[in-house]
Amino acid sequence: MSDLPITSNAAVLAALSEILPRDSVLREGDPAEVETSLERLPSAVNAIVRNGYALAGIVTEWEDAGWLYRYAFYCASGPGFVHLIVHGKPGDALASISPYVFSADWHEREIEDLFELPFEGHPLLGDFVLHNEDWPEGVAPMRPGYGRDEPKPPRSGRPWRPQRFVRAPGAFSMSVGPIYSGISETAQFRLESEGEQILHATPRLFYKFRGLEKIAEGQDAEDVLLLAERLNGTSAVAHAVGFAQAAEAIAQVAPPPRAAALRLVFAELERLRSHLCTIEDLVESTGLQVPTAMLSSLVEDLLRLSGRVAGHRYLFGLVRAGGLALDIGGAEAADIIKTSREATARLLRIVEQLAYDNGFLDRVEQVGTLPVPRALHHGVVGPVGRASGLGKDLRVIQPYGAYRDREVRIALADEGDAFARFRVLAAEAAESQHLMEDVLNSLPAGPVLTPWRPGAGTALGWSESPLGAAFHWLRLSQAGTVLRWRIMPPSFTNWPALATVVEGAAFQDFPIILASFGLSIAESDR
Amino acid sequence: MWTTKGLTRGILTTSYPKSRRQAPGARPPRPVATPTSQAGQAAVGVCPTGALELRGNHVAVDLGRCIDCQRCRRGDAKVEWADESQVALRLSPADLPGKAFRHSLHVRVVDAGDGGETLRELKQLTSPYYAVHRLGIFFTPTPRDADVLLVVGPVTQGARRALLDTYEAMPEPKWVMAVGSAAVSGVPFGPSFTTVAGVGEVLPVDVVVPGDPPPPLAILDGLLSLMGRVPAEEMLS
Repeated sequence: MSDLPITSNAAVLAALSEILPRDSVLREGDPAEVETSLERLPSAVNAIVRNGYALAGIVTEWEDAGWLYRYAFYCASGPGFVHLIVHGKPGDALASISPYVFSADWHEREIEDLFELPFEGHPLLGDFVLHNEDWPEGVAPMRPGYGRDEPKPPRSGRPWRPQRFVRAPGAFSMSVGPIYSGISETAQFRLESEGEQILHATPRLFYKFRGLEKIAEGQDAEDVLLLAERLNGTSAVAHAVGFAQAAEAIAQVAPPPRAAALRLVFAELERLRSHLCTIEDLVESTGLQVPTAMLSSLVEDLLRLSGRVAGHRYLFGLVRAGGLALDIGGAEAADIIKTSREATARLLRIVEQLAYDNGFLDRVEQVGTLPVPRALHHGVVGPVGRASGLGKDLRVIQPYGAYRDREVRIALADEGDAFARFRVLAAEAAESQHLMEDVLNSLPAGPVLTPWRPGAGTALGWSESPLGAAFHWLRLSQAGTVLRWRIMPPSFTNWPALATVVEGAAFQDFPIILASFGLSIAESDR
Repeated sequence: MWTTKGLTRGILTTSYPKSRRQAPGARPPRPVATPTSQAGQAAVGVCPTGALELRGNHVAVDLGRCIDCQRCRRGDAKVEWADESQVALRLSPADLPGKAFRHSLHVRVVDAGDGGETLRELKQLTSPYYAVHRLGIFFTPTPRDADVLLVVGPVTQGARRALLDTYEAMPEPKWVMAVGSAAVSGVPFGPSFTTVAGVGEVLPVDVVVPGDPPPPLAILDGLLSLMGRVPAEEMLS
């Protein structure tokens, strides 16, 4: 991963050298590591962000009787990562950086809740991952002393009293969830209103908090890869690849060319299927039953294709550290090309027809608009970002694996409404099919697995999942067990933006906006 | 105009369960009990969840703990994988719904920590390929209308209260289905500080459908066995 060309890391380091002492650069190159003191953290963050870097996430680790905070940034226009490192003694409070980088907001809330580490100047700490009704104050499950199997403390029974933002005569708040609608993920949305319009929305997630980062600790890296697949079962390959790349960077092995190419094929197959699902959900939310049924049969076509060629409908058990667990033959490659080509052609026909369907357009045009400046402010990733003019796509800006030798055409729109997201998803689905076919037609020969030997070290792995940029920070012991696994998934990045988009929408548009973002709750809750 | 377009692909719907024929890829193979061999013994060692166990002269498979990681399928560590594996396993053969539910069953789905894949498979049940409405199976948004509580996910502490509230809100008689290996035994997430070991720890479970995720036809088998329309097998181990 360190063989990428360095473009703008140098610019960031130059900017930082004006603020920080000379010896604060711990490592040049990619990723560059820069240490800062608690006091200079905000100005250092500002310098990085002003150079066009976006926050990947914040990693908190316990090291040498102190806390190590790692703010990972990636260049939004070309290759390059900069890690800003802060050492905090127990009892120190870091300054909140969310006033400058809004995407740090949820990271800080999560760290405060799970580690009981305070952030100064953050307006909304407290009830977040561990809900007040269920967990007493002072429980910090991510701290090193807390056991994986620690019995849950008895229910606190403290009522949740969310901050009310709308204070007008007749204002009320309506709860959607945690269990709602037909087949949906568990989460609650508190919608505040004066009547017809939603004036403020508070998403309350983490009902599904499975504690993946905690239960991974002490497990073998190869077993944790199984957890990475199940983080979001509909983006299994993307997360497994992100995780495997971190493990491979630590062990300094690279998957063989054939494995890298096949990883691309399966990742794109997954993207095609995932985008199809999102489009289907969006069309379903607008009440058009026939195209919904047509789209869901295409989803089934691709699921069966995966079942035939990989033995698993969601492509579990395919990616391994060092390559792939499975090779495919000529018949399978032909099957992938034929089935995905057919499904994509059918999808594009339906999309074309929907684009001229007034019933559909009335419900998606200028609905759930995420304007470009706000998308930038929230650091939104994935197709949602690309529908709001942000061309960040890790396949292009931080290329990995077989994407290094491929050109990926990014679909872009700048209206930022549900219809723009719909068009971007369709265009990306077509591009995925194109990429798959292209790679399968020139598949390198050879093995698909390089023996992976565990070793001690740390690395950041990343991949562009169907929902956007996914980052996996990994620290392994000499024996190959996981000491720290930090998951920074795209849904976690995008949820806060969704909450602001809902503001001003009519109640009946809420399901449409929700579907058009296509976010996963499991992935965000972890 | 959509109606005519919808007709262009012809009939996709399976005649399952009338015909047990399955399209390739609809229900990929699962591990089955295998006579003990060196490869089989090695497979017991590579299984991450303890689903494989040496028992006498064969390697037994506890499908409720199997997460479909496929490690015992490829390479040197191997057990047999077969197409027709048991799917719907009944825990309490008594007090299953009687004749009244044979042609109409209303199901409330509750997500208690699923990764999203099992929910997607449930959604596929309503796609034209399976169209479970034709069998009188309906997903209902309200627990007041539901006969069956279908739970996916290992039951996280956060979802537990919502799950129990939903169960309380359902009228008698009611049945509980645990769908997916996580819901059956909590693997690979629980038990832990934030999840329990499956639905059985918090609710009386009537039918379990193992698999990670179980394909639509397996879930359909589970529902049909509850309705008394396909025979269900006893839970192994």
